[in-house]
Amino acid sequence: MNEILEKKQLNPTVKLMVINSPLMAKKAKPGQFVIVRVDEKGERIPLTIADYDGEKGTVTIIFQEVGMSTKKLGTLDVGDKLHDFVGPLGKPVEFSKDTKRVLAIGGGVGVAPLYPKVKMLNKNGVSIDSIIGGRSAEYVILEDEMRAVSDNLYITTDDGSKGRKGFVTDVLKELIEKGNKYDEVIAIGPLIMMKMVCNITREYNIPTMVSMNPIMIDGTGMCGGCRVTVGGETKFACVDGPAFDGLQVDFDEAMRRQNMYKDMEKKALEQYEHECKLGGILNG
Amino acid sequence: MANMSLKKVQMPEQDPNVRNKNFKEVALGYEENMAVEEAERCIQCKNQPCVSGCPVHVQIPDFIKQIANRNFEEAYQKIKETNNLPAVCGRVCPQENQCESVCTRGKKGEPVAIGRLERFAADWYMKNKEDKVEAPKKIGRKVAVIGSGPAGLSCAGDLAKMGYDTTIFEAFHTPGGVLMYGIPEFRLPKEIVQKEIDSLKKLGVKIETNMVIGKILTIDDLFEMGYEAVFIGTGAGLPKFMGIPGENLNGVYSANEFLTRINLMKAYDFPNNPTPVKVGKKVAVVGGGNVAMDAARSAKRMGADEVYIVYRRSEEEMPARLEEIHHAKEEGIIFKLLTNPVRVIGDESGNVKGIECVNMVLGEVDQSGRRRPIEEKGSEHVIEVDTVIIAIGQSPNPLITSTTEGLEKQKWGGIIVNEDTLETSRKGVFAGGDAVTGAATVILAMGAGKKAAASIHKFLSEK
Ligand SMILES: Cc1cc2nc3c(=O)[nH]c(=O)nc-3n(C[C@H](O)[C@H](O)[C@H](O)COP(=O)(O)OP(=O)(O)OC[C@H]3O[C@@H](n4cnc5c(N)ncnc54)[C@H](O)[C@@H]3O)c2cc1C
Ligand SMILES: Cc1cc2nc3c(=O)[nH]c(=O)nc-3n(C[C@H](O)[C@H](O)[C@H](O)COP(=O)(O)OP(=O)(O)OC[C@H]3O[C@@H](n4cnc5c(N)ncnc54)[C@H](O)[C@@H]3O)c2cc1C
Ligand code: SF4
Ligand code: SF4
Ligand code: FES
Ligand SMILES: [Mg+2]
Repeated sequence: MNEILEKKQLNPTVKLMVINSPLMAKKAKPGQFVIVRVDEKGERIPLTIADYDGEKGTVTIIFQEVGMSTKKLGTLDVGDKLHDFVGPLGKPVEFSKDTKRVLAIGGGVGVAPLYPKVKMLNKNGVSIDSIIGGRSAEYVILEDEMRAVSDNLYITTDDGSKGRKGFVTDVLKELIEKGNKYDEVIAIGPLIMMKMVCNITREYNIPTMVSMNPIMIDGTGMCGGCRVTVGGETKFACVDGPAFDGLQVDFDEAMRRQNMYKDMEKKALEQYEHECKLGGILNG
Repeated sequence: MANMSLKKVQMPEQDPNVRNKNFKEVALGYEENMAVEEAERCIQCKNQPCVSGCPVHVQIPDFIKQIANRNFEEAYQKIKETNNLPAVCGRVCPQENQCESVCTRGKKGEPVAIGRLERFAADWYMKNKEDKVEAPKKIGRKVAVIGSGPAGLSCAGDLAKMGYDTTIFEAFHTPGGVLMYGIPEFRLPKEIVQKEIDSLKKLGVKIETNMVIGKILTIDDLFEMGYEAVFIGTGAGLPKFMGIPGENLNGVYSANEFLTRINLMKAYDFPNNPTPVKVGKKVAVVGGGNVAMDAARSAKRMGADEVYIVYRRSEEEMPARLEEIHHAKEEGIIFKLLTNPVRVIGDESGNVKGIECVNMVLGEVDQSGRRRPIEEKGSEHVIEVDTVIIAIGQSPNPLITSTTEGLEKQKWGGIIVNEDTLETSRKGVFAGGDAVTGAATVILAMGAGKKAAASIHKFLSEK
């Protein structure tokens, strides 16, 4: 259990791992996440279930190495085991039967949590246009996978090294202005991207689902650290979400809360990298 | 000849100004001679009022007599007959409301220090004896226990002793429930809890961590997997917030989050343990129970200069144990009584910079039997703080009740059980501890676990 069966580097900072977890693979649904601890002292970090295979008994995670815990996770190899792997947590996403056409928008590593939802919708015969974006060509992930489940796929990069130069919101605006009608927009990516998307879809009154990623510990509703304000009410993202009605989310509060430990996270990373360097010198 | 001193033999403690900077245990425990001297204060009452004051009926005069006779091992075994976790209860039981509250010696002077003696016997045994538990012969029937707090641990222990194949499913990566993630190291060293858990494992109890029941498996799945009965001991882990403006500012914690970061994730040892916690210079803890005291004293130990307890009633109504209130004061915690927060105030970057409060006066006695606090008009004032910790209570988590068909619950979330058997509205499903009563005590949860184990045995024997 919890063994890494496969490891792939998707781009300079994003890795994919396929984990052996038969029970979870049977229970997982799109929209749910796991909590991982890399080692005995490890932080509890949430990662979306990017794919799962009930028959093979595997769960796939895709993560961006942004700080100490994700970097440490990235050093594990095929054959290694995750110390802890808890899930499936959070509410599975639900779509109304009347949803016939969806616009899916993913930014950066946000394409990973977007993919299982689009895959499910596609299986249910929903027509899908997708926009995926990244800083530059090498940061665009899951292009082939997304293309396979979308009717139309649009790509944007900040520097124009792949697809269109610009932001995902540029394409979003264009598609709407061209007269495309969507029953729903799903947007997953950095908070600022989701906020910008919602600012546009609100104007056109298009229901918009976003996936929130606040700082979590338990992931079961016992700490309240993951609270987000939705429509003026406090919600616990780990049990009430992580998907919410984006038009109602207080993104400014969410951005502020995400930065609460920035200084300490930097320190943890520095100490970790220092230890790695020492280890490197000693070992070789 | 009984020792007729009106006072308990004093328990050695770390100096308040030393201990409020470390997480080591505050109370150091009796030495052998102190224990014997205190045990001699017990006059061996024929009617044993103390025993009826203990929720699990520890045979108090009997074990105390063994201590007086220096038969420490026998004393321990005597307690163990009815109490699975003596080292824990001797430390955290609200003795002043239970066994000690009805002790005959308490009518004039202080009662016998029953809790301290219980702790002594347990500690003595752990230090001097090898725990020689053997796994009993299995009878080949499977029972599932959900949650590894005191309720789940004692239920599983008793079931294992009767030969059931017992598996505990625990959501966290570490078993122990509140004993591990809630009550701080300086009141209940985690090593002690770990020893209790290890001895359960020796009894043959299996513990599967990282299993959130209601998510990875439902209760129906457990029955399908061959478990013939299920005990729910999932506690009351859902934190309450006040619903006042500013509660989502950076620097506002639930006590659960704050204590979990520190106890379970060991944030006091950051960055060696990489989970962070932010404790500012001035901290307000809202609430008056044990949880509030623990949060306040932990904040002080994490380096806060000033820590306030903000409580809307007076000290008399505080639900915390007397000893904890006393310890908190000794450690320099400042009590702002009859004070109620109405708003948390933030700075331009969204960090807490103060908490606006109003003064309260006590009015008529309310349903809870306490005088109801009423707001004093025009008494708004701001306490300057950079961290706010909310400790106003917890309720049961709906993860299980919402995923189990036919499991009846109270409006506030507590699972409804038959009080005699602890069976729920679902056949073969039993429940006890905080999940049923709402936030209560370790000993009550333990008692419920034992009772459920007996009921489960009866249920399965008749099946
Ligand atoms: C429901 C959910 C699903 C997520 N899915 C993915 C995913 O599929 N792929 C992916 O790459 N990332 C995902 N994340 C984000 C991921 O959890 C963080 O990037 C990770 O925890 C950072 O840890 P670190 O120690 O490497 O970095 P740090 O340097 O410690 O933190 C970097 C930033 O990550 C955030 N973060 C830190 N600790 C936590 C925490 N305990 N919980 C949540 N966020 C935290 C903070 O905003 C912080 O500033 C998800 C988050 C949530 C809540
Ligand atoms: C800070 C604090 C201080 C306290 N101080 C005292 C004190 O001094 N004296 C005293 O007597 N009492 C005290 N209490 C109260 C006492 O700790 C509780 O009454 C007691 O722990 C309840 O035991 P329990 O077994 O019912 O639940 P808990 O101890 O809460 O254990 C429940 C367990 O179930 C697990 N769980 C929950 N949901 C699931 C699920 N879906 N699947 C699997 N596992 C699950 C939880 O992770 C947890 O491990 C204190 C409580 C707190 C929070
Ligand atoms: S278990 Fe608690 S109430 Fe019972 S005798 Fe021991 S300290 Fe007293
Ligand atoms: S009531 Fe007090 S003095 Fe009497 S037997 Fe119990 S502990 Fe001893
Ligand atoms: S992560 Fe603790 S309540 Fe959501
Ligand atoms: Mg981190």
